[in-house]
Amino acid sequence: MARFLQLLVFGLQLGSIYALLAIGYTMVFGIIRMINMMHGDFLMIGSYAVYFAVSLLFGNQLIGPAAALLVLMISGTVTGSIGVGIERFAYRPLRSRAPISSMISAIGVGLFVENLFRIIPFIGPNPRTAPKLMADKIITVGGVDLNIVSIVVILFSLVIMGILYYVIQNTKIGMQMRAVACDKDASALMGSNVDNVVSATFFIGAGLAAISGAFYANRYPVLTVTMGATLGNKAFISAVVGGIGDIRGAVLGGFIMGIVEILVSSVLPDLAYGISFIVLVIILLFKPEGLLGKPQIEKV
Amino acid sequence: MNWLKKNRKFIIIPLIYLLVHVLNQAKILNNYILQVLMLIGINLIMVESLNVLTGMTGQTSLGQAGFMAVGAYVSAIVTSILIPAKNFSSAALISFKIGKIGFQITSIPQNLIFLLGTLAGGVVAAIFGYIIGTPSLKLKGDYLAIVTLGFGEVIRQIIRVTPIVGKSFGMVGIPKLANFFWIYFFAMLTIFICRNFMDSSYGRACMAIRDNEIAADTIGINTARYKVIAFVYSAFIAGISGSMFAHTMVYLHPDTFAYTKSTDYVIYLYAGGVGSISGSILGAAALTALPEILRQISNWRLVIYGLLLVLIILFRPTGLFGGREFSFLGLKTGGIKIFHFSDLWSWIGKKKSVEEAGK
Repeated sequence: MARFLQLLVFGLQLGSIYALLAIGYTMVFGIIRMINMMHGDFLMIGSYAVYFAVSLLFGNQLIGPAAALLVLMISGTVTGSIGVGIERFAYRPLRSRAPISSMISAIGVGLFVENLFRIIPFIGPNPRTAPKLMADKIITVGGVDLNIVSIVVILFSLVIMGILYYVIQNTKIGMQMRAVACDKDASALMGSNVDNVVSATFFIGAGLAAISGAFYANRYPVLTVTMGATLGNKAFISAVVGGIGDIRGAVLGGFIMGIVEILVSSVLPDLAYGISFIVLVIILLFKPEGLLGKPQIEKV
Repeated sequence: MNWLKKNRKFIIIPLIYLLVHVLNQAKILNNYILQVLMLIGINLIMVESLNVLTGMTGQTSLGQAGFMAVGAYVSAIVTSILIPAKNFSSAALISFKIGKIGFQITSIPQNLIFLLGTLAGGVVAAIFGYIIGTPSLKLKGDYLAIVTLGFGEVIRQIIRVTPIVGKSFGMVGIPKLANFFWIYFFAMLTIFICRNFMDSSYGRACMAIRDNEIAADTIGINTARYKVIAFVYSAFIAGISGSMFAHTMVYLHPDTFAYTKSTDYVIYLYAGGVGSISGSILGAAALTALPEILRQISNWRLVIYGLLLVLIILFRPTGLFGGREFSFLGLKTGGIKIFHFSDLWSWIGKKKSVEEAGK
């Protein structure tokens, strides 16, 4: 039982990483109906941004919570700006075309970003060791060993998701996002600047991916340029499982995938990688709109 | 004589093979270039298979490497475990020389086993295509792409835990049965049957589904049936390509067939031209040869690839050769611009005359 609880906490930690990443997928899909296949690379960019921010600003010593928060904000802003730039040049010209062309474009951008990073000398092909933003500290609660970092990551993710939900429900930009997601042309007629709304979406999505990257690097401190691809796929699966286009769905899907992955891999290590795809295929075949999604009726 | 004039391809296609063979024997084409040509053939078959599914029927697949993996592993099991080809003599049946150019017909039992393995690989891949195609009928566009990606990864996961194919260590001991002849033969055969498919009522139905599924449904095309046909057909071709791959590379590893390989084929297809057989040929040939030409700057290769893909999608959404075909394919389907080689000269001439007029 103690072991199960421990695995559950690990699952929730991994789940919050997936959920933060999945929110980006689901927001972009909700607004411009496009699958941003390179979203995982934002996670990679974000974790490298954390690496460089820490080594340039603080050297290699362990940093306190306030500095860690600053580093997270720097990384989020940098990655968010890169996301806005990519949207401007690679996706905006394709918005009126079939969604599949922006998806292919996203695959191209992903290849470009990963391999550009690989050949930039100071990023380079060799893996780097990520700095610890927070030291591991084990506390024992009722016979269960818990890492304080896991608890902080889970709580912090929940706080961020809460803020995001508030922003989307109650602020002007959030209202515009919901309006554009509902009907792009009508909201443009009502005075929303669709381009700005889409840029804001990409900024938030990429920023959250960067924070998720920082958490991931804190847990598994090896940075490679291809780390985003697999994680991105899994996060996308989380978004689809929860019901793509719905932020609550992305959070639910992320936590489900994290817990399932940790529990299955503790029993059958061979299946650790494939299990998320198996879950995806099962969900899509029986409930293609996802757990929280509503079925869409196609209009001619 | 008239028949020959109409069917020049029956002379030209064997002649190209003979040319490559003679050049190879005369040491003008070394084995490295021959290996690249073989890879081009394998990729060409794969891109044609993706073209049937994505280009003609409009069903985006990001799991084509999964079908290829099925074909590769099944054919390798047939030729190295079920009927081990190494138990049969590999001595050449006939070998003769004309001048300094040697010709040989390799041992018949081994070739038969190879063909049997290829057929088995194709059939099992086609069964997988049916299994994946039928439930995917509910999904379209992006969702379909993701489910095919998921299926491709599930296939890879199954291979990773199957002991008979060496789990995640890879499969060794596959006999090297494929040679340039067989790959050339199957590539030409694939082009031929894809051309016939495109010209048949099946191909036209598939293209109608691609252009507008609801309209195709209302004029009486059984869209579900044709989509499954396209899936099975495409998976079969991919399986054959997998068999060629297995018997060329001699070693198989599940990570070879990761989804990056599937996206590679999507890139080849989109670079060459979606829905165009000629475009697939060009895309496969050019993009397989490109990294070999760019050996010196191999690190930049994938950067250039990615940039190329984005630029092509931005400026030529149907690929460089989309909606056009070479005239030698002799397609009768309407709505396609036929590209004659003579056009090239007149086009260059026209450009010159325009330039002269400008002066």
